Amino acid sequence: MNMHSTPQRTQAETALIDAFGDRLSLLPGDGAVMLKRDDAIEAIKHGLPTRRVESWHYTDLRRLLNAVPDFDPAAMAKAIAPIVAGSTVVSILNGTSDAKVPVLEGVTFQRLSEKLTDGSIAPGLDPYGSDDAIGALNTAFVADGYFVDIADGAELEKPIELQNLQAGGQTHVRLPVRVGAGAKAVIVERQAGDGAALVSSVSQLVLGEGAEVIWLIVQEQPETATHLAQFKAHLGKNSKLTVFFMNAGGKLVRQEIVVRTTGEGADFKLRGINLLAGDTHTDVTMVLDHAVPHTTSTEVIRNVVTGKARGVFQGRINVHQYAQKTNAKMACNTLLLSDDGEFSTKPELEIFADDVVCGHGATVTEIDHDHLFYLMARGVDEKTARGLLVKAFVAEVIEELDDEMIVEALEARLDDWFVAHG
Amino acid sequence: MLEIRNLHARIVDDGTEIIRGLNLTVKAGEVAAIMGPNGSGKSTLSYILAGREDYEVTEGDILYNGQSILEMDPAERATSGIFLAFQYPMEIPGVATMEFLKVAMNEQRKARGEEPLKIPEFLKRVKEAAASLSMDMAMLKRPLNVGFSGGEKKRAEILQMKLLEPKLCVLDETDSGLDIDALKIVSDGVNALRAPDRAFLVITHYQRLLEHIVPDTVHVLYKGQVIKSGDKSLALDLEANGYAGVIGEAA
Repeated sequence: MNMHSTPQRTQAETALIDAFGDRLSLLPGDGAVMLKRDDAIEAIKHGLPTRRVESWHYTDLRRLLNAVPDFDPAAMAKAIAPIVAGSTVVSILNGTSDAKVPVLEGVTFQRLSEKLTDGSIAPGLDPYGSDDAIGALNTAFVADGYFVDIADGAELEKPIELQNLQAGGQTHVRLPVRVGAGAKAVIVERQAGDGAALVSSVSQLVLGEGAEVIWLIVQEQPETATHLAQFKAHLGKNSKLTVFFMNAGGKLVRQEIVVRTTGEGADFKLRGINLLAGDTHTDVTMVLDHAVPHTTSTEVIRNVVTGKARGVFQGRINVHQYAQKTNAKMACNTLLLSDDGEFSTKPELEIFADDVVCGHGATVTEIDHDHLFYLMARGVDEKTARGLLVKAFVAEVIEELDDEMIVEALEARLDDWFVAHG
Repeated sequence: MLEIRNLHARIVDDGTEIIRGLNLTVKAGEVAAIMGPNGSGKSTLSYILAGREDYEVTEGDILYNGQSILEMDPAERATSGIFLAFQYPMEIPGVATMEFLKVAMNEQRKARGEEPLKIPEFLKRVKEAAASLSMDMAMLKRPLNVGFSGGEKKRAEILQMKLLEPKLCVLDETDSGLDIDALKIVSDGVNALRAPDRAFLVITHYQRLLEHIVPDTVHVLYKGQVIKSGDKSLALDLEANGYAGVIGEAA
């Protein structure tokens, strides 16, 4: 008899463990990959994180993940038009990449299933911490995705759009991207579908010296899907990374953003908007490590909460002891439009260096009545005026991206959401 | 066109009565100046006309073309032709000025049962109006009033007034914060809009504005009432002798 009686497994935990047994023979990977998968499922056997695990305090995954759909081999997702016309598109449909990869100068695409089979991806499958439930779930089940390599000095004129599209069941994908020294690229990570799927998606970005990347995460899952995603990045010397996310869907969503500056002079910007509606739960959790001196970061998050939606932003900035001259600023602003909606913000600064500038701020507001009066005094009816002000609140973050092609594309996504939820 | 009858109004939050039995009639084509010392209720009157919710009318009525407007919200009043040029125009980040102008013009057209403006026609109108006020089009690409100087904000108000073509224009201290050149441009903009079917209520502290926008009638507001009315010579008299004499007469 085990004295430490394990708590009874939830239906979801049992389903995941059973699914692993069923799927094992179908999952690609050599011995090294299989070892990682075994470790990962062990972590899940210990139970999904609850609110007692600090990083999951506002998103009790064990309680919220109350059903896990079966894998559905018959599910058929269709590729969609990219948000920026002329983008190079690679699609993962229901967790499976396309054997035909695009040809683009300076860029190599490879199916991730191949890299799992030959084991070359195995070192990247490590979780980033003991509470990395998304990493564990993904490592256990990941079957495909794309590996993208952008050559040193390549400057891409048009974005690369990585589409992860589901039509129900479960999909577990990975998107490792290496951007060479001095290369410039815009990468769109498109997360969407129309089924009540369980999706885990892990993106891993490595930026070489002086590389500049804008990474846009556009998440528009249906209000029936569970979307567990992770974006991890290492920023080399003098590299610049802007991550923009837009959460505009999903029943249960957790988007983790884990970034580490590994070279001096690196700059990280996080900009994001959460458009929350219905009876949904959306959590954005960032862990940023300023690990070397002279690196900078700013984070601006804007949230619109309607209906019974619940939102979470956790922003943790760790400034390591020798990371002097770090400059970090974080802001999280929420527009609360309903009595039943809620948003929780938890900024955390852990600073071990003594010569740094760090700050954070959070606000929760309603629509500004003076602004509303002004617009109405010009003949704009109340509903339209409110819509204009709400859109303005989030559009400000988009406009700051300062790239007409991207701003237009994202505002179109924004308009779609407002049409659906106006 | 406008008839205010025994109007009493208070601040909703704390119940302070600001307007205490105000009577005023303004005819179509008339330019009426409202003058008065600080705290007499001038700006409050402008907000009440525009329908701001912070004030509550407790007695009396406001008739516009013979109809009470008390039950109308600010948007309904605006589409019916009432326009308030704000003393302190609001800065609204994220709302592009051009987009706002387009929405406002088309909402008003919609309310009147007219088709929305085609883009080229809209642009033409905005360009013409901006040029007449010596406004740079680049300014209109910015978010509404954000980063505008005091003078630019006032010009932007008059620009909106030109584009929306209201019938009753309420100008709340449009002269404040303007240098002499800007005052001339803004006044010329207002004068160009004077028409037999349009009335103006020009609220100001100073005679200065009334040298440029010459009023037909002048009304002195004090403690929420009109205590004296006259023609433009009343404004000159106030400029020379201050409010004390008029207030003393009324007391």
